[in-house]
Amino acid sequence: MPQRRGERIIELLLFLCALVSVGTTAGIIVVLAVETFAFFREVPILEFLTGTEWTPLFSNQKFGVLPLLLGTALVSTIAMAVAVPAGLMCAIYLSEYAPDGVRRVVKPVLEILAGVPTVVYGYFALTFVTPLLQQWLPGLSGFNALSPGIVMGIMILPLVSSLSEDAMQAVPRGLREGAYALGATRMQTSVRVVVPAAFSGITAAVILAASRAIGETMIVAIAAGQQPRFTVNPFVPIETMTAYIVQISLGDTPQGTLEYRTIFAVGMLLFVMTFALNLISTWLRNRFREEYN
Amino acid sequence: MTTNARPLPPPLSSLVRPGTPAADSAPIKIDVEQLNFYYGQKRALDAISLKIHANRVTAFIGPSGCGKSTFLRTFNRMNDIIPSARVEGKVLIDGHDAYGPGVDVVSLRRQVGMVFQKSNPFPKSIFENVAYGLRINNLARSKAELAERVEESLRAAAIWDEVKDRLSDSALALSGGQQQRLCIARALAIRPDILLMDEPASALDPIATQRIEELVYDLKKTYTIVIVTHNMQQAARVSDHTAFFWLGRLIEYGRTDKIFTAPAEKLTEDYVTGRCG
Amino acid sequence: MGVNLASSPSSSGRRRADLVFQAAALLVLVATLGALAALVATVWNDGASRLDWRFLTSFPSRRAEDAGIYHAIVGSFYVILLTGAMALPVGVAAATYLEEYGGRNPMARFIELNIANLASVPSIIYGLLGLGLFVRLMGMGRSVLAGAATLALLALPVVILSTREALRTVPSSIREGSYALGATKWQTIWYQVLPMSLPGILTGLILALSRAIGETAPLIAIGALTYIPFAPDSIWSPFTVLPIQVFNWVSRPQVAFKENAAAGILVLLTLLLTMNAIAIVLRDRYQRKGRS
Repeated sequence: MPQRRGERIIELLLFLCALVSVGTTAGIIVVLAVETFAFFREVPILEFLTGTEWTPLFSNQKFGVLPLLLGTALVSTIAMAVAVPAGLMCAIYLSEYAPDGVRRVVKPVLEILAGVPTVVYGYFALTFVTPLLQQWLPGLSGFNALSPGIVMGIMILPLVSSLSEDAMQAVPRGLREGAYALGATRMQTSVRVVVPAAFSGITAAVILAASRAIGETMIVAIAAGQQPRFTVNPFVPIETMTAYIVQISLGDTPQGTLEYRTIFAVGMLLFVMTFALNLISTWLRNRFREEYN
Repeated sequence: MTTNARPLPPPLSSLVRPGTPAADSAPIKIDVEQLNFYYGQKRALDAISLKIHANRVTAFIGPSGCGKSTFLRTFNRMNDIIPSARVEGKVLIDGHDAYGPGVDVVSLRRQVGMVFQKSNPFPKSIFENVAYGLRINNLARSKAELAERVEESLRAAAIWDEVKDRLSDSALALSGGQQQRLCIARALAIRPDILLMDEPASALDPIATQRIEELVYDLKKTYTIVIVTHNMQQAARVSDHTAFFWLGRLIEYGRTDKIFTAPAEKLTEDYVTGRCG
Repeated sequence: MGVNLASSPSSSGRRRADLVFQAAALLVLVATLGALAALVATVWNDGASRLDWRFLTSFPSRRAEDAGIYHAIVGSFYVILLTGAMALPVGVAAATYLEEYGGRNPMARFIELNIANLASVPSIIYGLLGLGLFVRLMGMGRSVLAGAATLALLALPVVILSTREALRTVPSSIREGSYALGATKWQTIWYQVLPMSLPGILTGLILALSRAIGETAPLIAIGALTYIPFAPDSIWSPFTVLPIQVFNWVSRPQVAFKENAAAGILVLLTLLLTMNAIAIVLRDRYQRKGRS
């Protein structure tokens, strides 16, 4: 029957479009892997993962990725130190305390914060936050890890807040009522009953936020500097993995060279890290959903 | 036994229209043989066999959940949409098994039309609602023919006069009763042989219900109608044959006047007199 | 011993802690609002004076006072248009498959897993994918087409998700009514389900594009240049976009270029606001129609 065949063809076409997502994941893995393997044919993987100097563009080439890794970790840690406590407080307040009027104002503001392009945050970090901090910390260099870290924290605060709030809302009313019936204040109930009950959901949110912080590019490319440094000092210029990729992409390193391949090797490391964190976060979130369904 | 009980409704036998001809002579349109129906492991219909006569109105009655709607949907294979549904047995329509190999379900549904319990007009204009079936089945060769068929269906559903001046208005602006008649017009447009009606008036007020019932009585001259209803008075008013279902089994089937005045089964008698169900 | 309703030292202590917490949380919220306000104020302060018709219609230049943003606006416009043209059909088709055909079969579950994961991959990784696949393997070069294809892959999970939600709002009674008239699955989808879902689909697309217009990293990775003194004239030509131009200016030490960057940010934010407003208006009209 011709009509039936037409239906089959349409279903096939729709299926192929759905496969594009699988193709994208496969494409990412293949592109990164091909170049990374080519890179590791010339640079031993141990040197890459444990070396403390990163100078691929100098005449004395060193390919230790730890300075970039530390730079990323430093900025991300500062960002999480800002976003997690503040985000959790916002989440608790919005979930357990806030009257309707406050919610109606705060939630759109948080959405706006999440929607601002990262170049704008980078501009803000470089031209406002850094000079402001320099007034209190005279030793602060123009490019540093502290300023983009704080701004990145502000950027991912809405993510922590809304995902944690979802987790807390999923906790059944019965638990809260039990605590109130025993004479607990709202704060005691929130902190001692709701938050522990929502713990895996909140942890999933925090891990997802960490993954976002690690993968963030423009804020650090603008405000953190381009000096890979094996340090945990937040007051000096550093370079993150993402900013390094931007640096090379903007330069005139010819394609196909070892120096060029470094962006894929660094990209592969970045992908593996964020992918692992995302998997853990999803696993935690599924476990959390099972607990309360 | 209670002295302050409400007055009993008029005996059902008085509602049966006089002059219903002896329906046994009409040819058989649908012949069901030993039909079993399963939702997954659960059996919803148990070895049902009956024959529906052409150009008659056959009513399916029984308490909620007894399987009458499920049974109705086996005639146009609407249950195919449910993944766990399974059918055993035969449903012969004009001698061809609807569940046989190589049956084109799309073609079956063009010939066995359905009207649903809650009217479901498409969010389009009145004209487009009726024209939809014609368009997708390529049943009109020109715009003029399309308009003709739409008018013909709206007249057959006794709603033409109310909508002829506003065919391009949204169907959702009609009242509940009008929407249901529109759905009937939509079903009639593709000129099915059989019309299945699943509690078509249960969501309507008494006046709208009466119009639907009059429509059904007129339509049986052209179509074979099977109507599911939980309202026994309606079954008595409108149908020629009645089938009584209970917990997935066919308890009794026969001429409507006999079912309501002198049923053979005690269970049937208990149900139609209101003692149970 | 009866019931004593007076407050005890421990209960008043706990209530004080409660108030302290509320005050602290409000402080955090105010600080966050303040940060947003500071951001907008800074950008406005630095850039508003620079924003004029000449700025919007000039090309970049080595001299900050003469530099304009026209090429970047045109570049962004072309890229976003092309991104939408690619992401919409593929995204709607994928969502239709998953929602209407896929059901619970394991392949559909696997695809859903992929989509969920892809939504959290850093955008610069998409840039590396675009570089390897579109720019080099498929030979598109550093063109508008390659940039749009990369952003389309980035936008795809969002389009798929919002389309699926829109498809789900179509009641099953409509689908049943269509099947009962002898329509095939595809006829039902094409003539009933998709038209009813269209407002929701468009809202999702506009939101996805409003995120794409601010994306910088993936386009830098595929080689969008930061100094382009011309507007792109075809899908094969090199290009730049608004956020990259802003990045270029912000990276220069001169104060005058920082002002240009701020002005560029104002243009970008205005575009974003407009797109989001359109999406919200669409969503409101859609919800209102649904209620009637």
